[in-house]
Amino acid sequence: MDLVLVFAALMGFAILLYVLLDGYDLGIGMLMPAAERKEQELMVASIAPFWDANETWLVLGIGLLLVGFPVAHGEILGALYLPVAAMLVGLMLRGVAFELRVKAEGWHRELWNWLFWAGSTLASFAQGLMLGRYVTGFEAGLGYWLFAAVVGASLCGGYVLLGATWLVLRTRGELQEKAVRWARWGLMWVALGIALVSLGTPLASETVRSRWFDFPRTLGLMVLPAATVAIGLWVWLTLGKSDSKPFAGAVAIFVLAFMGLAYSLFPYVVMDKLTIWDAAADDSALRFVGVGLVFVLPFILAWQIYSHRVFRGKVHQGIYER
Amino acid sequence: MEEALTEALVLSRVQFGLNIGFHILFPTITIGLAWIVAGFRIRYEMTRDEAWLRTYKLWVKVFALTFAMGVVSGVTMSFQFGTNWPGYMNRVGNIAGPLLAYEVLTAFFLEATFLGVMLFGMQRVSGRVHVASSVIVAFGTTVSAFWILALNSWMQTPAGHTQLGGALVAESWWRVIFNPSFPYRLAHMLLASGITAAFVVAGLSAWRLLAARSDGAALKTLRFGARLAAVLVPLQIFVGDLHGLNTLEHQPAKIAAMEALWHTERGAPLVLFALIDEEHGRNRFAIEVPKGASLILKHSLDGEVKGLSEFADRPPVAPLFLAFRVMVGMGVLMLILAWGSQFWLKAAPPRWLLWAFAGFTFAGWVATLAGWLTTEIGRQPWLVTGILRTADAVGPASGAKLGASLTAYAVTYAALLLAYMVTLTHMSRRG
Ligand code: HDD
Ligand code: HEM
Ligand code: HEM
Repeated sequence: MDLVLVFAALMGFAILLYVLLDGYDLGIGMLMPAAERKEQELMVASIAPFWDANETWLVLGIGLLLVGFPVAHGEILGALYLPVAAMLVGLMLRGVAFELRVKAEGWHRELWNWLFWAGSTLASFAQGLMLGRYVTGFEAGLGYWLFAAVVGASLCGGYVLLGATWLVLRTRGELQEKAVRWARWGLMWVALGIALVSLGTPLASETVRSRWFDFPRTLGLMVLPAATVAIGLWVWLTLGKSDSKPFAGAVAIFVLAFMGLAYSLFPYVVMDKLTIWDAAADDSALRFVGVGLVFVLPFILAWQIYSHRVFRGKVHQGIYER
Repeated sequence: MEEALTEALVLSRVQFGLNIGFHILFPTITIGLAWIVAGFRIRYEMTRDEAWLRTYKLWVKVFALTFAMGVVSGVTMSFQFGTNWPGYMNRVGNIAGPLLAYEVLTAFFLEATFLGVMLFGMQRVSGRVHVASSVIVAFGTTVSAFWILALNSWMQTPAGHTQLGGALVAESWWRVIFNPSFPYRLAHMLLASGITAAFVVAGLSAWRLLAARSDGAALKTLRFGARLAAVLVPLQIFVGDLHGLNTLEHQPAKIAAMEALWHTERGAPLVLFALIDEEHGRNRFAIEVPKGASLILKHSLDGEVKGLSEFADRPPVAPLFLAFRVMVGMGVLMLILAWGSQFWLKAAPPRWLLWAFAGFTFAGWVATLAGWLTTEIGRQPWLVTGILRTADAVGPASGAKLGASLTAYAVTYAALLLAYMVTLTHMSRRG
């Protein structure tokens, strides 16, 4: 079995899980200003036990990039220097706001609520920007930056969709009704974003263009957009009727988008420059960590499922009783 | 140093130092505090005494805030290697990468997942599971220290690797991890965390007592913190001595700089204080204990200690000399406070003593940062001793980019640190 390929797949898996899991946290952070004071407490309560573990998938994804593809790690993070810094500042503000907003009083409290929103938004947008820069191989030029900004805005929409459908799953009553409305906005936003990005990506990148418009493979590929549209419709229709289906649908949309992305990029780890085999680390490193992954990953997944089970069901009240 | 210190190199170093210096403040507290809080929780489980539950609930809040600060600054750290030191990853990535990955796999997920159960699950899981979660979180923080210190120690005293093309690969992971300085560094750091947490507990309790003299629980935790420190500080001094001997064996230039010994001498003096004249290679206005250095380092009055003139690559002397004295000085002050206060703490402690403990709340930070500065600056001009020079590892990020991100980090850190310290002291005054 090709160790490098397995490693690339595992890294992709970690990043996908990060996007799904921290996606709903960040989405809820972005929705905060739309809710009332009491609702905000419920929204935070629905993510507080999970956000830290969710964020850890980002650390694992970056860690695996570092272990598996050290050359690409330097190349990518060097090229994304400023968006990464912006994302990190955003994640920092968001993460400490969980603790500080409940401990502060008066205007301090308002400030931390605001920083919770600002941090979540900054981090989400920066992640989209990174993705947009990444798929075009970090090309310089205003057009490429504009494209990246569109991807950034679209990812914000996607996270709002994840966050709102998460709330549909975890809350009831008035807040749940609001969440349904937010989810519809998120869905429209995502649809627009995906349409723009799908048009823009082949324009921005020649490699992607040749991948996508390579008949007859294009026909087989059409399954991806078709399924995405179908699931989008399904989410729209089940919103307000089912608690769990919209979230499942939102997750499926992200998985499909991820598959499309993986298809466009493979086998490059730095677009048009480095394939995963060019950038791979020495076998001794891959094997040492591979063993650990095989043994530990199932445990990690089991713990996280356990913790989601402990805190399952509808949230009733803020859990910070401080 | 002859290498051209380019703008990017200087800024990268400042940025890395700022980031890790900010991050380490919080692990130093959490590693120790996690075990203390778990201890409170176990006490409650065994005695069912409501007072222990209240103590636990108060300190778990301090812990949660500190942990969150540690997590967010740590996530930043995990990006630093790639953004600022690509040369480092290209050359020693095959060794550094796996050690960092194991930290994520075996420590971060463990602590992050069970932290949720620990902080919010008390009503939802059984007492036993809750106790177990608290212990697992504490265990996770310690495992995390294990891996990161393995990497750092390997950078100080590399072992177990071979050359393969332009890069290094591991020959024996066992020898990479258990490299010569690792046991000393791990023990010294874990003790440092215990001490730092002990003074945080004692200090915040003292703040509380200054606001409310009659708070019995606060008096109990003050006594507890002071006693813990009284046990750990002497241990730390003992381990520190062993650590120094180990460094003398593997990084003699570092020791020579720490002691400001310019020339090899028999019966070398222990320099207590001096103005370092780096340019002329001598000390001015030195206050010395005759034969002191030989006694400490060689355990004999006329043992020979190598001086800086013997080494072609040597670290800057003044910062090392100073940082080392700050660490040891703090250690001595802590010893005096922890031991000296034991008698007074038996009854209601006098106000001046409460102020002393309150003032020492974050004393562990000073000693810890000084210790790390000694260690890391002492490794210069090497990033990995004998293998990779710091100047060869710097990234292509331009000075302007680095300046922008450095400013953003510095502003964020200053604001967060202020918010953290103000929140903690306010919280403890409220009780
Ligand atoms: C001696 C201890 C120690 C040292 C030297 C470091 N760390 Fe750390 N780190 C911890 C001890 C720790 C910890 C105790 O495990 C933390 C701190 C507080 C916490 O909440 O977990 C943590 C958190 C933490 C996190 C977040 C984990 C999570 O999501 O739960 C990351 C990604 C890092 N660290 C990464 C690093 C890197 C890349 C370092 C070095 C360059 C580093 N840390 C130095
Ligand atoms: C935890 C406490 C630590 C502190 C306070 C600390 C502090 C510092 C400081 C101040 C520098 C700059 C030194 C100089 O440029 O003169 C530095 C450099 C560095 N340290 Fe550490 N460090 C710590 C831990 C670590 C760990 C655990 C690692 C790696 C596993 C590490 C890796 C590095 C690297 C890669 C550099 C950059 C190159 C250099 O300037 O030497 N450090 N550190
Ligand atoms: C008072 C007696 C002490 C002695 C003799 C001592 C000795 C040492 C030595 C020799 C080193 C550095 C070594 C190297 O890199 O080669 C060191 C590092 C360090 N010291 Fe101390 N130390 C003392 C007290 C303390 C105290 C009280 C603290 C904190 C509470 C502390 C925290 C540290 C830390 C965090 C490091 C860097 C990590 C490491 O290399 O282990 N030390 N110490």
